[in-house]
Amino acid sequence: MTYDAEQIAELLRALPPAPRGWVEAAQELPSARRGLDQIVARAEADAEFRARLVADLEHALEAEGYEPDAALLEALRRRIDG
Amino acid sequence: MTIVTEPASDAALVARCRAGEDEAWRELVERFSRYVYAIAVQAFRLPEHDAEDVFQEVFARTYERLESLRDDAAIRPWLGQLTRRLCIDCLRGEAREEPVEEPEPPNAEQIVERLDEALDVHHALDRLSGDCREVLDRFFARDESYRTIGDALDIPPGTIASRISRCLEKLKAELVGRTEPVHASGKR
Repeated sequence: MTYDAEQIAELLRALPPAPRGWVEAAQELPSARRGLDQIVARAEADAEFRARLVADLEHALEAEGYEPDAALLEALRRRIDG
Repeated sequence: MTIVTEPASDAALVARCRAGEDEAWRELVERFSRYVYAIAVQAFRLPEHDAEDVFQEVFARTYERLESLRDDAAIRPWLGQLTRRLCIDCLRGEAREEPVEEPEPPNAEQIVERLDEALDVHHALDRLSGDCREVLDRFFARDESYRTIGDALDIPPGTIASRISRCLEKLKAELVGRTEPVHASGKR
């Protein structure tokens, strides 16, 4: 397919960048997942830690020095409840 | 002389992601972030907070399912379909609270087709030299003024119009003769 300059310009305009914060959050997924795996592995090995997580996930994570953002909390709830 | 590095193919990028290369994952998100975002806000007209949820869910599922992807080269139509499905789920969720006949906007399909074309053009842009890439992206996609572009790239604002025109010609030449990829709509 061939385009003239005006059509190319229109197609360039059609894809503005996504908000930077969204892109960065998605790019951080691998390291976030590794952190999540660590917490889950520890919860499986340490019954007392697991009980603290089940009782109050957010505070238990904070007490252990983790940043309990919404995505981490949601992912952990799924993994621990599952 | 400007040396332009050909970007990795989608299949090569997916293979590197699967091998656990964080840098490849960053590149994959960068490559498709505009497309996923545009499908959510332009084709399905999701408000920003819903669009953000869909955007993050698309990449989370993609990351989780890289192992089971049947064709690495088909990551683009796969991402397009996943984004559309999650947008429809989101609209159906809202429709449960406030029932509507058909949650999907009537022209969503045509808009996605157009976004597929736009992504082809953006990928062709990635194959141009850095200065052309920057000036065209800033002017058209980021809607920056000559002055802002001039300040950012340290070039006289008076030369920007001619650069844009020259770079558009290069992009046009780049688009000619390229094999067209399979789109989310399944069309070529």
